[in-house]
Amino acid sequence: MIARLTLPVLALLLPSAAPAQAAEYTRVLTEQSRVAFVSRQMGVPVEGQFRRFSVQLAFDPARPETARASLEIDLASIDAGSKEANEEVVGRNWFNVRQFPTARFQSTGLRHLGGNRYELRGPMTLKGRSGELVLPITFTPAGAGGAIEGGFVLRRLAWGIGEGPWGDPDTVADEVQVKFRFVVAEAAATPAAGGKPARKP
Amino acid sequence: MSTRPDRYTGIAQALHWLMAVLILAALPLGWVMTEMDLSPLKLRLYSWHKWLGVTVFMLAVLRLAWRATHPAPALPAGMPGWQRAAAGISHALLYLLMLAIPLSGWLMSSAKGFQTVWFGVLPIPDLLGRDEALGEWLNAAHVWLTYALAALLLAHVAAALKHHFVDRDDVLTRMLPGHRKP
Repeated sequence: MIARLTLPVLALLLPSAAPAQAAEYTRVLTEQSRVAFVSRQMGVPVEGQFRRFSVQLAFDPARPETARASLEIDLASIDAGSKEANEEVVGRNWFNVRQFPTARFQSTGLRHLGGNRYELRGPMTLKGRSGELVLPITFTPAGAGGAIEGGFVLRRLAWGIGEGPWGDPDTVADEVQVKFRFVVAEAAATPAAGGKPARKP
Repeated sequence: MSTRPDRYTGIAQALHWLMAVLILAALPLGWVMTEMDLSPLKLRLYSWHKWLGVTVFMLAVLRLAWRATHPAPALPAGMPGWQRAAAGISHALLYLLMLAIPLSGWLMSSAKGFQTVWFGVLPIPDLLGRDEALGEWLNAAHVWLTYALAALLLAHVAAALKHHFVDRDDVLTRMLPGHRKP
C-alpha cells in the first residue's frame, strides 16, 4: 500500500537582497575581522587564526556581479593553538613561510544565491600551489556596513600543508575548517585620512 | 569487627590492579611526552596520556563508590597506632590524588586551548576558556601533585612489602586474587 503524503506548499518569501539605499562597501575593518581555522588533532578540534591579513574589496549587495575581492594572508602571523605548534607550522613541512610567506585569494565571480547568501569563486595560491575555490558566503548588513562571513574545508594534504612525518591524517586530520568574518563599511564620507564616517548629531 | 571481611572483594582487587597498571603507564608517558620535540608521535602520546587520565578518574570514582558500600578489611590487630594513622592518611591521599591529578590535567588542557576527547570519540566539555597564565599555573599544579603521588606510591609499595616480608601478615595477600588467609 502506498501512503500518500500531502505536502503543504510553502511560499518562500525571501527578503529583498538590496538594502534600502544601494551602498558599495570598500573598507574592511581588519581589527574586527577574523581569518580562523579549526584543525583536528587526534580527534580534538584545535582553534587557530591568522593575525595579519589584508583585504581589498568592492562589494555592492545590489550588484554582486560587479563585486571584487582579494585577500592576502601573512602566513607567519599564524596562531595554531600553542607556542610549540606556532614554531612548527611556519617550517618547511607546513607553510614554509620563508619561501612562501603569503597566501592569496582573488575573486573572479560572486553570485547571489538568495536572501543573504552568495557564492564566491576564485583562485587561491598557497605554498606555491594554485586552486579554484568555490565557497558560500553570507552578508549581514548592520548599520552603515555589515559582515561577510563564510568558510570552507581545506584539504591540507592537497596543498602540501603538513608533509613528511605529518602526512598521516590519523594524527592531524586532512580536513581543516577555515572560517572568516570581515566587517565591511562604506568608504569614508570625508577625505580625511583615516577618518571614521561622521556620526549624525 | 565481625562485619568486616578479611580480604578485599574481587571487584576491589580488579579496580586496584587495573588502576595500578594505568597509573604506572600514565606517569612515564607524561614525563617522556613533555620532553619530546613536536612530532605526530608526541601528539599521539599526549592523547594516550589524557585518555589514561580520564579513565583513571572514572575508575577512581567507581572505586570510591565501591569502597563506600563494601568495607575494606581491618588492619592487623598488632599494628601500632602511628602506622594505622599513616595507612589511613596515605590511602585517603592516594584517592584524593587519583581524582585531583586527572582533574588538574583536564583543566590545564582546557586552559591551554586543547579539549580532551576521550579515546578520540567522547568530548569532555571545557570548564575553562583559553587562558595562558592559568594554564601554566595548572601545569605546575599537575606536575607537583604527580610528584606527591609518585612519593606516596613508593611509600605504598614499600609498606606493602614490609607487611609481607617483615611483619609476615596478610596486608598484601588480601589484595591478591586466589590467596587465602593463612
